[in-house]
Amino acid sequence: MTTQILIAGFGGQGVLFAGKCLAYEGLVENKQVSWLPSYGPEMRGGTANCSVILSDEPVGSPIVSNPDVLIVMNLPSLDKYEKDVVKGGKIFVDSTLIARKVERTDVDAFYIPATSMANELGIPSLANMIIVGKMIKETGIVTIESACEAMKKVVSARHQDMLDANIKALNAGYNY
Amino acid sequence: MKVFSKPQSLTDAPLHYCPGCTHGIIHRLVAEAIDELGIQGKTIGVAPVGCSVMAYNYFAVDMVEAAHGRAPAVATGLKRCMPENIIFTYQGDGDLASIGMAETVHAATRNENITIIFVNNAIYGMTGGQMAPTSLPGQVTQTSPYGRDVKTAGYPIKVSEMLSQLDAPQYIERVAVNNVKNVKNAKKAILKAFKNQVEGKGFSLIEVVSTCPTNWGLTPEKALQWVDEKMIPYYPLGVYKDKDAEGKGE
Amino acid sequence: MSEKVLMKGNEAIAEAAIKAGCRFYFGYPITPQTEIAAYMAKRMPKIGGTFLQAESEVSAINMVYGVAGAGYRVMTSSSSPGVSLKQEGISYIAGADLPALIVNVQRGGPGLGGIQPSQSDYFQATKGGGHGDYKLVVYAPASVQEMADYTIKAFDVADKYRLPVMLLADGTMGQMMEPVELPDAEIKEYDKSWAVRGTQMKREHNIINSLYLNPEELERTNFERFEKYALIEKEECLYEEYMVDDADVVLVAFGIASRISKNAVNEARKQGLKVGLIRPITLWPFPVEPLKKAAEHAKGFISVELSMGQMIEDVRLATECKRPVALCNRTGGMIPSPEQVLESIKKMLSEVK
Repeated sequence: MTTQILIAGFGGQGVLFAGKCLAYEGLVENKQVSWLPSYGPEMRGGTANCSVILSDEPVGSPIVSNPDVLIVMNLPSLDKYEKDVVKGGKIFVDSTLIARKVERTDVDAFYIPATSMANELGIPSLANMIIVGKMIKETGIVTIESACEAMKKVVSARHQDMLDANIKALNAGYNY
Repeated sequence: MKVFSKPQSLTDAPLHYCPGCTHGIIHRLVAEAIDELGIQGKTIGVAPVGCSVMAYNYFAVDMVEAAHGRAPAVATGLKRCMPENIIFTYQGDGDLASIGMAETVHAATRNENITIIFVNNAIYGMTGGQMAPTSLPGQVTQTSPYGRDVKTAGYPIKVSEMLSQLDAPQYIERVAVNNVKNVKNAKKAILKAFKNQVEGKGFSLIEVVSTCPTNWGLTPEKALQWVDEKMIPYYPLGVYKDKDAEGKGE
Repeated sequence: MSEKVLMKGNEAIAEAAIKAGCRFYFGYPITPQTEIAAYMAKRMPKIGGTFLQAESEVSAINMVYGVAGAGYRVMTSSSSPGVSLKQEGISYIAGADLPALIVNVQRGGPGLGGIQPSQSDYFQATKGGGHGDYKLVVYAPASVQEMADYTIKAFDVADKYRLPVMLLADGTMGQMMEPVELPDAEIKEYDKSWAVRGTQMKREHNIINSLYLNPEELERTNFERFEKYALIEKEECLYEEYMVDDADVVLVAFGIASRISKNAVNEARKQGLKVGLIRPITLWPFPVEPLKKAAEHAKGFISVELSMGQMIEDVRLATECKRPVALCNRTGGMIPSPEQVLESIKKMLSEVK
């Protein structure tokens, strides 16, 4: 079983970080994982994306062109990648920032107002983790326990408050 | 009774330099300084590309031959991995002030604890007498056959003046070796440049105004006169920077 | 066994170099390899090592030359345009028979090119790169783990044979994260009596040099160096074979292209097509033998590259042009997809039948 995930949004939304967390979650469950970011000037305020692969077998190409799971945090990313998702794939949309619906009918679309939820919870920078929480719930790709465990590896021990906030965000998305 | 002898830090290899060339004197002064400080066993020299390219055969210390202009970078590598050793470069004007200017300036501004012996004879000797960055205005060379035209070829670079504008370097002095008095001063300066390194003070560069009778088209004696008449007026001798004297030694 | 951690390829190189005993790093910022310099800047001061941001790539490689001359483990890293600048120094390091590691995390060219991944420095890396008769051992890792493993191996091979070694990666390999294990490396001691560390008044002076004005002497040193290269060709060639035994079509690919090719092989096999992959791990020495052997049964070869086709020349040479060799490529920072490779496979199968 191999799951190819593409996460896309504006630079600064924590798209790369969300992908890194997902990769660590896979690592906690002893899966084979890879994480590949877009890089260069486009990361400064432009669009950013990263490819994440979780698999039971060694990962071949780390480049995700046709994702099983697409997470989008801005409209340009939905416009750009909607068509690339595999038939039967899943698209997760931050509905605070993207007004339109997914047009394709051969994929499952999930809408979560991640950005406004993050603001209400007092963790405005963590909409990314809220949407990851929702994705974990709907795909079952890893358990929520593994996801929380993985956060300990990603967030350094010096930032205990950040760890709690990230776990709060994951759970908020998971329970939405 | 003290008998005049060859410094221990020179090998027995016969020098290949032209008659009247002052490289021989400068080699000797460097070797004497090394001897006097008792640092021969821990000194490593870096030879340039230019007439002194084979300096590695002449100094009886470990030697590295650098690419053209890169000696200060090579010396930086050596010093960084062996801070207790003494590292010097021996470079000509084309090597140091033209192709290696970036390496020179940046080693200086890092106050790299190395010693640079910069031999300025205003010409490319090894390749047969082409214009150097330090060739004088109007100077005839193979590549300035009508005399260096400052309008098209620019002005000579005064290395000591330029580097002394940097905050970092410890010691910069220009000397000459065209008469006994100047040779004695040059010896003092070179010794100090090595001593600074032994004491961990940092970047020391001695610019030695030198000769090239062959490519200047002069007899050895006339070449020495030419240094007095043409070179020194353009390149005044003296201390350009000395943090000790400024009371800012580090 | 040490714990698996997620690391970027660039960071894995840096940490592995430290594990291999490298305490001297000289570099200059350039995308997409700057993480190596940043990592070294952070780590080196804490372990008594040296990180120095040089004024140029040219200076950085000459600082490497200095430390290598003193016989200490040393490295530099850059990306394509910066590696071009380093070629002068690399030639001198090769000419003076010094061990050192040079990392090239390639980006698209020529000229300033782009910053996206590429493999178009293959010629530069494997055919010399700078002036004169010389070679580098060139490792082409295809995972973050291999970025670490072959960094450690590179330092050992450099010391063992006294020559510069290159790790040739690309933007994806440098930027991607994968789980990696970094066990403590076993550091072998080699004779370094040739190094310049001061005579201590106990021996004749050592000279690090590549100048030989006497042509007979220069010819002799070049002959001797190539005897060493012949030994390396015999001893150090590394490659991976994947489903080659019964393959009608054999893909040849390294680094990121080999991972894409492996996906294509798997898909082709699912469709009942007999396809295999030979992945050179050392680009020099190039794995001639397995290719020659495969040419006995395979009907054709496809060189999959992120360039206009450079390794393909070595594939043709290795197979002695006995079978058709096609090119499947993207260039300028673009990456071929497994689908594109699969199409090439089908095209070749239809032509060689």
